[in-house]
Amino acid sequence: MGAYLVRRLALMMLTLFGISVLIFVLLRIVPGNITDIIFDSAGFVNERQKKKIERELGLDQPIVTQYGRWIAGLAKGDLGYAYVSEKPAIDEILPRIPVTAKLAVLALFFSVIIGVPLGVVSAVRQDTTLDYVLRVISLSGLSLPSFWLGLLILMAFVHFLGWIPLYQSSPGNLGKELALLCIPAAAVGFRSSALVMRLTRSSMLEVLRQDYIRTARAKGASDTSVHYDHALRNAVLPVVTIIGIEAAFLIGGLIVTETVFNIPGVARFLVEAIRWRDYPIVQNLVMFIAIVVVVVNFLVDMTYAMLDPRIRYEG
Amino acid sequence: MLPKHVLAVAVAFAIAGLAPVAALAQKHGGTLRIYHRDNLPSASIHEEATISTVMPFMGIFNNLVLYDQSKKLNTPDTIVPDLAESWSWDATRTRLTFKLRQGVKWHDGKPFTAKDVQCTWNRLTGKDKDEFRKNPRAIWWHNVKEVTVNGDHEATFVLNRPQPSFLSLFATGYSPVYPCHVSTQVMRTNPIGTGPFKFAEFKRGESVKFVRNPDYWKKGRPYVDAIEWKVIESLSTRVLAFVAGEFDMTWVGDVSIPLLKDVTAQAPKAICEVSPEYVSGNLIINPKAAPFNNAQIRKAMALAIDRKAFVDILFQGKADISGVMLPAPEGQWGMPPEVMRTVPGYGTDIAKNRAEARKIMEGLGYSASNPLKLKISTRNIPIYRDPSVILIDQLKQIHVAGELEVIDTSIWHAKVTRGEFSVGMNLTGVGVDDPDVNLYENYACSSERNLTKYCNKEVDALIDKQSQEGDVAKRKAIVWEIEKKLAEDLARPIVYYRRGGTCWQPHLKGFVLHHNSIYNNWRFEDVWLDK
Repeated sequence: MGAYLVRRLALMMLTLFGISVLIFVLLRIVPGNITDIIFDSAGFVNERQKKKIERELGLDQPIVTQYGRWIAGLAKGDLGYAYVSEKPAIDEILPRIPVTAKLAVLALFFSVIIGVPLGVVSAVRQDTTLDYVLRVISLSGLSLPSFWLGLLILMAFVHFLGWIPLYQSSPGNLGKELALLCIPAAAVGFRSSALVMRLTRSSMLEVLRQDYIRTARAKGASDTSVHYDHALRNAVLPVVTIIGIEAAFLIGGLIVTETVFNIPGVARFLVEAIRWRDYPIVQNLVMFIAIVVVVVNFLVDMTYAMLDPRIRYEG
Repeated sequence: MLPKHVLAVAVAFAIAGLAPVAALAQKHGGTLRIYHRDNLPSASIHEEATISTVMPFMGIFNNLVLYDQSKKLNTPDTIVPDLAESWSWDATRTRLTFKLRQGVKWHDGKPFTAKDVQCTWNRLTGKDKDEFRKNPRAIWWHNVKEVTVNGDHEATFVLNRPQPSFLSLFATGYSPVYPCHVSTQVMRTNPIGTGPFKFAEFKRGESVKFVRNPDYWKKGRPYVDAIEWKVIESLSTRVLAFVAGEFDMTWVGDVSIPLLKDVTAQAPKAICEVSPEYVSGNLIINPKAAPFNNAQIRKAMALAIDRKAFVDILFQGKADISGVMLPAPEGQWGMPPEVMRTVPGYGTDIAKNRAEARKIMEGLGYSASNPLKLKISTRNIPIYRDPSVILIDQLKQIHVAGELEVIDTSIWHAKVTRGEFSVGMNLTGVGVDDPDVNLYENYACSSERNLTKYCNKEVDALIDKQSQEGDVAKRKAIVWEIEKKLAEDLARPIVYYRRGGTCWQPHLKGFVLHHNSIYNNWRFEDVWLDK
């Protein structure tokens, strides 16, 4: 297990290095750079002034030098200055991370709290009316885009309550903030819950047909015990994997929801920064997301090992 | 025909507009809440050419003079004193002297003096070491020879030649006075002014906040304690938020004609006005690259355009067809319809025009089976894309097979400046309803904002000529002559002038929407909240 951990950590570092090179190069391959964009809001481009700005921002340096500067800064915790706001990048990024993190965790919470029990019920009551209803709901969850659902929710609030649940930058307290985030989180979580539910259902159906389930029943175990103690514990393994993937996906996948509900999160900010070619913001944010994804995947693997004693990482 | 409820709102507003504003009892306090449609590029008005910066930041500055905020139309007669208490021309009409207000302080407590005026315009004319990173309106001030000061409270603009409408250039939201002691970099991020509101906070992509300036030189103003601009990029979300009463006002022109029906139906008490924005939809044509280096093809294209179709489809008939200058009744310099009809491409018989255009194209070897293949470039924004699609459809009529080339919006101007297009659909806003602004900025050979780099020395001479003409009737005649030449040259032909809806809640008082520019009435010192 120890050797496996070391290898996994080394692989993580290599992955992050690869991502850092990739994002750095890709950003500079995309047509247009920050100076073009700075001039766009002035409705013209002046080549002399453009070169001056490039010098100011260090963009006239060779790409290797620029990369070296970024990595050296990163190692020291210096993320550089955002090109557009001319503020330290860390000050732009940090306040937005908790907002998206709360939204993602809440969405994930909704997805699990809805998806897993309904998946179990759907499997246990296979081919009943309830099963059909739950399957239709899960299909609609997968089919309806979350931005559309989000807009419908907003319209319903305005129409029926005369109030719009928009995120406030200073909501007052955590409870109020979470209450405001619940609505967009439910919109996003609904889609994820559909995925979780379908996977839980199919996994449960497979497990419920196993011999050891029949044995448990033969021993006189109650339905609840069979379903939750024997079947769910084994059926949940692929579900945990998909939840891990969803968690990573959510960080980058909340863009539309953050836009519709006007949440100043990191996902929307990243897209905005890409549009502005704000390299320090994009590079550092992508690195942050990459770290989250890699770490979450690592944790999922560890959880997998804990849940299934047959799995051994000795090799 | 407008629906009844829209008419009712319009009539209600008209009645409200007749009531003398001064007779109402203004209330102090409250926060004015307005939404912002996008991420604003910077806080420095002088460095930007977008309403995204002017609208929120105008309230922290003062100008030397200003268009009267309570009058709907901007004309030389509606210019009122601001930081300048008075102004006068010398006998040669080349020296404009401003007597400045005394006792005015910048938001950081430093005194405002004539040096600040000199410094601002030295930066604008490239004579200051701390130059602006971008200077989109440098051409406005090309006639300024120097700015001199006499003590702390008198500044004189010395011109190379007479320019009767020079004062108008100072009256727009685009011409605030900047503090000399604050760098251009700081003005982009943490601006300081002398205006009714002080800058408080700018959270990128989120909000901009201003608070009341308690030391404002105009005693008793402003009425509101703060202004909060919240950035909401989703059009559906922000309009719903306005309907829900989350905001006191919409973004200017943000409510399109079709959307206006929904807003007035869902928020029947809201006051909504549809006004011209002085923002044109125009074609940028690259005369240096094939196929538009051929004058015949340019002419055929001019004849193919059916402007009314654009107006009908995009604005339900509520936008304006015009030449370069905004048409009457709001515009002060536009051609009357009978003159406009004589301009090439503006004839009303579209079928006849297109038959002529087809003949030209067939003469050049093109036909329905062998069309001219062309890329129509535009920004990746609906208000650009939609007219481009209509244009492609219209060009089909004259054997041109257009293909839409959607360009990432953030690099649009860079591509256009480099000449990497043959024809494009573009939008252009004009700050002041005066030919000096519109013509110099968009059509003069030396202007950096002349996107197509159109250059006709004869037109340049005429632009200078009208600029020096003091008689309005004679000046109009020259302007219309220029319009004809620009149309003949197919220099950035105007397809339509947009109209958009702006709405505010009935408790927002003292606000007057300007009708011949969207850039000049955001001081907000006279508005109050009647809650």
